[in-house]
Amino acid sequence: MTRLPPALILGAALSGAFLLVALVSLLWVPHAVDGVAIANRLQPPSAAHPLGTDQLGRDILSMLMVGAQTSIAVALIAVGIGVALGVPLGLAAAASRGSLLDEVIMRGNDLIFAFPSLVIAILITARYGPSATNAILAIGIFNIPVFARVARGGALPLWTLDYILAARTAGKGRIRISAEHILPNILNLLIVQATIQFSLGILAEAALSYVGLGAQPPTPSWGRMLAEAQTMIYTHPMLAVLPGLAIVLMVLGLNLMGDGLRDALDPRLRRGRA
Amino acid sequence: MLRYLLTRALSLGLSLVVASVVIFALIEVIPGDPASYMMGLNATEENLAALRAELGLEGSGLSRYLDWVGGMVTGDFGTSYTYRVPVANLVLDRLWVSLPLALYALTLSTLIAFPIGILAAARRGQPADYGIMGATQLGIAVPNFWFAMLLVLLFAVTLQWFSAGGFPGWSDPLAAMKALTLPAIALALPQASILARVMRSALLETLDQDYIRTARAKGLSRAQAIRRHALRNALIPVLTIIGLQFSFLIAGAIIIENVFFLPGLGRLIFQGITQRDLIVVESVTMLLVFAVILVTFLVDVAYALVDPRLRRR
Repeated sequence: MTRLPPALILGAALSGAFLLVALVSLLWVPHAVDGVAIANRLQPPSAAHPLGTDQLGRDILSMLMVGAQTSIAVALIAVGIGVALGVPLGLAAAASRGSLLDEVIMRGNDLIFAFPSLVIAILITARYGPSATNAILAIGIFNIPVFARVARGGALPLWTLDYILAARTAGKGRIRISAEHILPNILNLLIVQATIQFSLGILAEAALSYVGLGAQPPTPSWGRMLAEAQTMIYTHPMLAVLPGLAIVLMVLGLNLMGDGLRDALDPRLRRGRA
Repeated sequence: MLRYLLTRALSLGLSLVVASVVIFALIEVIPGDPASYMMGLNATEENLAALRAELGLEGSGLSRYLDWVGGMVTGDFGTSYTYRVPVANLVLDRLWVSLPLALYALTLSTLIAFPIGILAAARRGQPADYGIMGATQLGIAVPNFWFAMLLVLLFAVTLQWFSAGGFPGWSDPLAAMKALTLPAIALALPQASILARVMRSALLETLDQDYIRTARAKGLSRAQAIRRHALRNALIPVLTIIGLQFSFLIAGAIIIENVFFLPGLGRLIFQGITQRDLIVVESVTMLLVFAVILVTFLVDVAYALVDPRLRRR
């Protein structure tokens, strides 16, 4: 590997910028986002408010910054759920290939795959009340089969290799081999998949909070900013444009990073990829 | 072939059973009394008891589940608590919006994706390929409801070619199609982007095969080789994605219908949610899941028809 793919550099820069913004917003934002200042509402961009203010007089730049925090937190924890539960399941399925356990895990995966995820997410949040936590759970559950499948698919060919056989002859158990030899070798696959699921999570969170089933007010979120802007689209279109741009750039960055990582980590895939 | 179909049908049935159990459990079994959830905080004990009786909440979980499933099999989806009409009637009304919308979007997405995916594969590594790949990368990143808002901004607010929402009904088919056009475009864009990329990579993969090299050696141009030999073989992964997309279209439609105030199944679910009409939510969700699982099954069957190798399994 001599040179990093340009997609990786561009994608990492974009996603890194959003991550930085989200981190900064934990410590500092230009204006507080929980204050309502009706006198200040719907201001055009100015020195004090570089992107103007919204219908409640809140600074849009600050709202977007804190919104990044919400999106990233929800998507990241949802990926964490998928990795924490999906990877061990996938490894276990691969380690006991063809057994009842493998069969049960994989058929369970197929079942979750068969569900339209957003419909079930809507159902969960509708029944148990809309909140960021329920959004995380709803998105996270559908990440589990994805990681289980990737982990199993990556682990299966490794189990036939000589060094695994050597490890087994040396008396190591399946769990230990999975943790010590298999997992490090499928890390690349998992990282690429995590990037993809991260970006899907951002989109899913935006969709859920757009329909009012994500993070609740006063927590700013990009999806809800869009929903609130919709009624004012005739008079203040910028309110609807800016949060959408934030979503697109963040998702684009993550997707480019995922593609670039895949190329950088596995040169064999450089040709003819989707 | 028969054995393949039987296994697929069996897993279809199993998926449906598990799906119905999960939905039922989510709505009715896990903590909280659905009746008090539906009536809110001010409900009196008599009203609650009456509602529980109406919902059939008195029986055991199992008998209620069997009632619910048995009802749906015979077309009885229960009675909406807020509308006081059978849910089946509501669903039938709304289906005439949601189904045409999903099909319209699927058609658009296929019509866009096939040519540009094929073009990108044929011009691999050239500016047209990079342009198309860049555009589809963007298309995947755009949330469809935001794209919908931009469409409203451009075509309804600025150009005033379309109305910003609402549905006139099918008595005037042309007006109805016009009302579905912006929503269908919004739904189709991300799907077309994904489909075009799959089309491109599937074609590129088949173009690497020996039989294509043979065809080229026999004097066929690249375009002829694609048309006569590669396309048909590339269709298998493309078909899979089209099947999967139906599920995304259904979920996407739920949200898009809300952007355009279309009286479809998606709006029905959300009205059910805001009115705490769990009967509507439960039955409509099951119906959507049923539709998705059924389409997946049909795609599997379509595979067997396209790919003779699968029939022998």
